[in-house]
Formats: sequence, structure tokens, C-alpha cells
Amino acid sequence: MKKINYFIIAVVVIFITSCTNNQVKLNAAGATFPLPYYNLAFSTYKNLNAINISYGGIGSGGGIRSLKDKVVNFAGTDAYLSDKELAEMPSEVLHIPTCMGAVVMAFNLDNIENLNITPSIISDIYHGKISNWNDTAIAAINPNIKLPDLKITPVYRSDGSGTTFVFSDYMTKTSQEWKVDFGHGKSLKWKLGIAAKGNPGVAGVIKQTRGSIGYIGTEYAFAQDIKTAAIQNPRGEFIKATTKSIALAAEGDIRPDTRQMITASTTKGSYPISCFTWIIFYKDLSIACKDQQTQIETLKLLNWMLSDKAQELTLKVNYVPLPPLAIQAGLKILSTAK
Amino acid sequence: MTDKIFKQLLFVLSLIVLFITAGMIYSLVSGSLPALREFGIFHFISSSEWDPKAENYGALPFIVGTLLTSFLALLISLPFSLSIALFTGEYYKNSRFSRIISSFVNLLSGVPSIVYGLWGFYSIRPIIINMGISSNGLGILTSSIVLAIMIIPYASSLSSEFLGMVPANLKEASYSLGSTRLEMIRNVMIPYASSGVTASYILALGRALGETMAVTMLIGNTNNLPSSLIATGNSMASIIANQFGEADGLKLSSLIAIALLLMLITAFINLIGKLIIRRFQ
Repeated sequence: MKKINYFIIAVVVIFITSCTNNQVKLNAAGATFPLPYYNLAFSTYKNLNAINISYGGIGSGGGIRSLKDKVVNFAGTDAYLSDKELAEMPSEVLHIPTCMGAVVMAFNLDNIENLNITPSIISDIYHGKISNWNDTAIAAINPNIKLPDLKITPVYRSDGSGTTFVFSDYMTKTSQEWKVDFGHGKSLKWKLGIAAKGNPGVAGVIKQTRGSIGYIGTEYAFAQDIKTAAIQNPRGEFIKATTKSIALAAEGDIRPDTRQMITASTTKGSYPISCFTWIIFYKDLSIACKDQQTQIETLKLLNWMLSDKAQELTLKVNYVPLPPLAIQAGLKILSTAK
Repeated sequence: MTDKIFKQLLFVLSLIVLFITAGMIYSLVSGSLPALREFGIFHFISSSEWDPKAENYGALPFIVGTLLTSFLALLISLPFSLSIALFTGEYYKNSRFSRIISSFVNLLSGVPSIVYGLWGFYSIRPIIINMGISSNGLGILTSSIVLAIMIIPYASSLSSEFLGMVPANLKEASYSLGSTRLEMIRNVMIPYASSGVTASYILALGRALGETMAVTMLIGNTNNLPSSLIATGNSMASIIANQFGEADGLKLSSLIAIALLLMLITAFINLIGKLIIRRFQ
């Protein structure tokens, strides 16, 4: 008899404690590229406003799918939705940029700190035409470095990735061969190399494989202490990804709907594979947010993401704050959401 | 009265399991119909194209990857699991030593798949690279080795049980005819326990076929037909794990078709196992 009593008490206690948790919880998922920044921003927001936000880094493609299935309140993506994809969503979807970042070419070579690289070399590496690090093409633009006789292992993403989207967008603009053979998109038909899941997966493989080279978000390269290459921009300059060089890529006008790629910018000193990353959500928030409270909190969060406090946090994780024009466009879009 | 109710309850619960299985098959089939209709079943199974841009999908590389890694894992694990089974079931039967070995082997079976993947990535992979077998250490061979270690407990503990059940009088009859221990094992124990031992290996193979995370981390995730054992490739479970989250439309349907194929292959191998067991009995 006693055991039954304890059991009933336990069940009742669990029931009560789970029912009184009225705290609003926001669910989001998407790109792994801005994950370091979102983790910092969302935990800062939690300390300020006691709202729990969970963000699953499942890749841009996963985020878009989750929003389409309405299982998240908003999604993160580095690949903005095309007109066709927008039409396939159940209702109108808005984009706001949250920060700027860069896709870097990270490599693993002993004793080599700096490497210059051009889009045509990158294209040849992924085609298998350049298969060894001491190839004459690479040596020609790196005169002061002794390149080893080591096989090149290109690394790419196995899942649907916004990082792949940004990288392939840049390659399509700068290499005709890439445009014809690979094109641009979140998933491509790669020819050779090895693939891993998510930015962390690719970073891990590069870190552990001598002679490998792959494309990842800046923060992953810094956090894992992986060296990055200086890429030749359309002006012929070899530029590394820094806060300044990334910010230079966003100079100029922003589209009102903020769906803009800023790769291969012709601004002097700009890093050629810079990008915005977006949060996407339904214009009619009630579609993906079940109750009034969640809708209000989601809108509040998104507005906060464009505030100075949130933008300052980007620098802590090696990302770059948005230029004023982008923030203005974002706030304008948020004001139209219901 | 309660007897009758209990019987009805058992009946209903069993039916529920049947319905769930039927429902699963139905949703797999209906989800894969768009892809199968678009590509045709035979073309889908034999095509090695996986082109997200041209929306052209084929399952051959993954079927080959799954079957190759699973059977190779079974082959690699055979000497080890058979040895452990004979060790604990015959040579050191009922001794403290064999109980310790069994506990360790059972511990292996409880290790989660992703832990195997992580361990394989940081321990086995450098060994493969240092031995000069492969420059990046990933591929069919590495994943087969780790899979083999994963399935040893399944094969060995069950076979050990069956080998232990061989009646002592049969063994002694063999000894009395002058056979050595090895001859006794070969001519009496293994034929007697063959159906059980086969069943345990089929179980181990089944585990290897469906294994996802360990394979995803070690196989290289490239959508091509593996040209050699050290080449990278992909298995049915790992392509689904990698691409399911963002797949849509025809791609999603192709992935569901691959899941259906995996289910059918596993069922088929279980069926073959049952036939083999029946022949031995």
C-alpha cells in the first residue's frame, strides 16, 4: 500500500511542476554558419529577458524545411529563398539579415601560415586537375613558401548547406568551369574529395587531415585554430577575411527585401566570399507561432537582433555587424510583420 | 472471466504491433512512389547518379556501400567472435575468467553508435593514415573495421550460448572415439549448434546493415560507387542521415525509397537466415 502512495505522490508532483512552467520558449533551427553568433546572442537575450530560445544547427536546408513544416518559430539560413522557393512556402516569408560573415578556405599544411589562392585554382582542386600542393599554379602565386609534395584532399558539405550556397555563388561568378560543372546551390554534385555534415564536421575533418582544404565559416576556423587562405578578389588583391575586409564587401545599396549576395565585390580591399546571413519567418507570425505570447516574443527578439547591443556581440565571435543600410531595411521589414 | 479479458487484451496488443508495422510499410511505400514512378524501380536501383540540381537520383552507390560495409564487417568479426564464443562456451566454460570476458564483451555492445564513430575517427583513422593505406583514413575499410568491432558482441554472446548447450554426452562420445578437442569442436559442436550460430551471425549482420552514425562519420560521405576498399563512399543509412533534414519533393521521395529498400534488404537477409537455419535443423 505504501509503495502505491509514493508512486501517486511522485506522479502528482511531476504533473504540477511541469504545468506551472509558463515561460515562453522559442524554437528555431537552421544554418550552422552563424551558430556561434546565435548561441552568444540568444544566451545574452535570455539573461536580459528570461526567454528561452533553442536553435538547432541542422543546416540552412534543414531550417528552411522546418519553417515550411511549421515546426519552428523562425529559421536561420545563409541561402536566401529564391522566387521559386518563396512560392512553394505555405505563406509569405520575410528575410531579415542578422550579421555578416565570411566563408574562408581553411587548409591543413604543416609550417605554412599564409597561402594565396585564386578561384581558378580552387575550381581545379575540386575538379581534381590540381591534385598536389606543389603544383606549379599554386607555387606561382606563393613564391616565398616551400609547398610540400602532398596530395590535396578537398572537403565539402554532405548536407544541404547555406555555406555551400555562398561558396558556390562566389565560384560561379569567378570561374566559368565551375559554373558549367557544379553551378550554385545548397547541394551540388561534387566530383571528388570527402564530405562531412555541418560546418563543425568539415572543420573537424580539415583539422584532422593533412593536406586537406575546404570551405567553412570564419568562426570555425578561428575556434579550431585552422589556417585560412588569402583569396584573390576581382581587383586582383589577395585578401584575408578580417572584420574590415568583410565590411567593405557590403558597401553600396541593399535590396529592400535584403535578399542579396555580396560575394565577389569589386570594392577595393574587400574579402570576396563575404555574405549576409538571414533569419526567415512568416509575415503572418501566427502561422508558425501558436499563441499570441510566442508571436510577440518572436517579434521582440527579431527586433533586438538588429539593435546595437546584439550587433556588438558579432565582433566577439569573429563575425561582422551589419551596415546601417541593412539594419534600416531589416527594421522596415519587421514593421510589416503581424 | 478475467482469463478471457486477459486473452483478449493480449490479442489486441499483438494486433496493434501488426498495425504499426503495416502502417510503417504503407507510409514508406506511399512516400517513395513519386520517385519510383519518376525513375522506374530498376533504373533507380541501378543508377549511380545523385544530382540535386538536375533532380536525377539513383540508389546503386548506397546499396553497394551498405552491403559492402556490412558483409566486410561480418567477415572481419568472424575470427574474433567465433574465438570468443568457443572460449566462453567450451574451453573455459563456467569459469570466472569467461564470465569476465563476457562482461567486457557485453559492455562493448552497450556502447552507443556515435561513440564508436567518434572513437573510430580519432583512434582507428590515424592508424590507417600512418600505415599508409589511405591518405585521408576514411572509407569503406575504416567503417567496416569499426562496424566489425560493434557487431562482435552480438555474434559472440549468442553463439556462446548455443555452443554451451551442446550436450556433454555427445562431446564425451566423440572423445571416447579418440578425437582431439579440435576435431570434436569441428565435427560435433559446430554442426550441432550450427542453426543457433547462424542465427547469431544473421543478427549481427542485421545490426551492421542498419548502422548509421558510426558509418556516417567514417565513410567519407561521397555519393559515388566505391572503386576499391580504401575508397570513400556512402551507405543507405548515412545518405538518409545526411540529407533528410533539408530534402524536399523528389529528393525526399528518393530518400524514402532508399529507406524502403533498406527495410526490404534487411527483411530479405533475415528470411535467408531463417531458411539456412531450417536446413540445418
